[in-house]
Amino acid sequence: MRCVVATSNVKVLGKAVHSLSRIGDELYFEPLSSGLALRCVNSSRSAYGCFLFTPLFFQHYDSGAPPGGLEDSGFRCKMGMKSVQTVFKSLSSLDKTVEKCEIDLNPGGNRLVFQLHCKYGITKTHNLSFQESESLQPVFQKDGYANVLRAQPRLLADTVVHFPPSLEEVNVTVSGERVQFRNHLEDEQDASKMMLTEMSLDADEFESFQVREETGITFCLKELRGLLSFAESSGLPLSMYFDQPGRPVVFGLDDPVLEVNFVLATLSDEETTTHRERNRSRPPQADTSHDDFLSDDMDSYMIAMETSAVGGAEAQPCSTGSDHRREREPVSAACSTRSDHRREREPVSAACSSGSKQQRGRESGSEEEEEEEEEELPGTPPQKRFRSLFFGSVLSPYSQGANQTLRNQEVLAEASDSDPEEQEEETAKK
Amino acid sequence: MPLSTQLEAGEEQYVLIASLDNARNLSNILKAIQFKDHATFLATSNGIKVTVEDSKCLQANAFIQAEIFQEFSIQEDSVMFRVNLAVLLDCLTIFGGSAVPGVTTALKMCYNGYGYPLTLILEEGGVVTVCKINTQEPEETLDFDFCSTNVINKVILQSDSLREAFSELDMTSEVLQITMSPDKPYFRLSTFGNSGSAHCDYPKDSDMMEVFQCTQTQTNRYKMSLLKPSTKALSLSCKVSIRTDSRGFLSLQYMVRNDDGQICFIEYFCCPDEEVGEQEQ
Repeated sequence: MRCVVATSNVKVLGKAVHSLSRIGDELYFEPLSSGLALRCVNSSRSAYGCFLFTPLFFQHYDSGAPPGGLEDSGFRCKMGMKSVQTVFKSLSSLDKTVEKCEIDLNPGGNRLVFQLHCKYGITKTHNLSFQESESLQPVFQKDGYANVLRAQPRLLADTVVHFPPSLEEVNVTVSGERVQFRNHLEDEQDASKMMLTEMSLDADEFESFQVREETGITFCLKELRGLLSFAESSGLPLSMYFDQPGRPVVFGLDDPVLEVNFVLATLSDEETTTHRERNRSRPPQADTSHDDFLSDDMDSYMIAMETSAVGGAEAQPCSTGSDHRREREPVSAACSTRSDHRREREPVSAACSSGSKQQRGRESGSEEEEEEEEEELPGTPPQKRFRSLFFGSVLSPYSQGANQTLRNQEVLAEASDSDPEEQEEETAKK
Repeated sequence: MPLSTQLEAGEEQYVLIASLDNARNLSNILKAIQFKDHATFLATSNGIKVTVEDSKCLQANAFIQAEIFQEFSIQEDSVMFRVNLAVLLDCLTIFGGSAVPGVTTALKMCYNGYGYPLTLILEEGGVVTVCKINTQEPEETLDFDFCSTNVINKVILQSDSLREAFSELDMTSEVLQITMSPDKPYFRLSTFGNSGSAHCDYPKDSDMMEVFQCTQTQTNRYKMSLLKPSTKALSLSCKVSIRTDSRGFLSLQYMVRNDDGQICFIEYFCCPDEEVGEQEQ
């Protein structure tokens, strides 16, 4: 495996790494025959970013995969994000000082070597340790989306700048003629005490504005900012694919040498449930996956696997529980039985809300939400605020059963809403 | 009020008097060695040497020659005292730390001998401040016994490129390993941090390399925490000389040009962290 990146592209590579660092702590490095894929996912699996650099991007590209062999048999690994960021530390001087960047696997096969050849003959070599890993692949299809907007990244960056950096979630509502961006409020927050920001963009500000379904979605802004800063510097038009709440929103950049995709989970419609309580009481299923995510966050992953386990789950309405209670709660806590809250993911799950959505009376959204609440399809994934993007293919028969049971339990849960919830809240807050 | 009436004793009684039209020519250099609170001042007819030490392994010296001062008079062969460097710097920058073009702070430093405080008279724009800082027993400073005859390897680099390398050093590494050799990799800085190892190599014919005199391959490790303060001196300097002797002791000499274009020197001495075989890389 060997790649050589020439001068100006080294900065692009560096920016890609920094952009992915906004998502998670580990960088998945996968040289494919179609190009080098750099991927990252956040700890709650609700945000995913991927930069695919085609062989054209490189001065020299050899994925190391045996010719004619399966894609799977190539070298794949994951590394600490901070380590890779160190290689591209001083972004501003990268294009001025670095002449070439070489990425190789060392002869011993235990270090990924990044070698920067700089001006004045100076060579900087970084021997990074890595862990072998499985491929990181979320399930999404850009063609299946009802709404596709395309604009210069400047437009979105300028919109997003109006929201305070601390804002976690943003609400995007689209109709035939315009799109509105609003900061998302949680139920507990009193709208009269909060600063509400709303921005509207007309359809003609976009390069392409295709809306087949008037809808509104809520997603986390933090991860998107990473992509926006990259997009602005690249000057490539940014496309946004989305439709129903609950279905992930995809942001994409396309270029002959580079393909970027950021997939963010959206808040789906919720109903009052004590889903967390249910999740906690459920013992972790022995659902197996040969994916190495298990080692990262076993319970949450297994539950994520189960919940998504019903054929092409992305299209299903997800009646996730609305946790009116806690403001900040990691998604992993929402879906795992453990309370090891990954603080960085707090924002994602923070929002709660079908309740608040209805209060704001969004025309397009609310009807759909109500419908979704009613139609609980069999095997509907149980309640999570933001659904995991990683839909496993493993279906274990009794996971379906568990879902069934849940729905039965659900009815009971609603009745016993008050106290157990509050107790949950107490313990959870600690 | 003329400055002379501010002095308690007549000028003839002062053991040391040093005046500068621009106090920054002193304060900037002292800031570069301010990694500890206390410093030892040694004044001779050559000028002033300020020494700061850490854990008996690191010593930094700032040399301000007598020629730098507008007035420099010393009544004894050598005058030595210990003073709180942080306080001294606060006084030197009492009119504000940032440089305003065209405005300089004038300094007159007076010392009456053992037991007396160090008197600083500072003036800017007609405003005069008098500071008296208590002095302490001078402590013996380490003698690293680093002489040029023992020097095995020496390089002189332009500070710009080294500055960049230092700023990118992996701080999770406990040591900084310096390899100097007549053969490849010639001059290498290595770190061993959480993510793996990193090396920065300078070839002997690089444009940044002004002098390359390496006779033997040497690899030595130094505690990162000890060398970190030297980055301040590096950022002030235009050139740096790096020398190691037969014991692996490191001498870093920084050439600093002050506001008026005069040259001062800052020197760092550091003990190696552990014995590393000469051929080891």
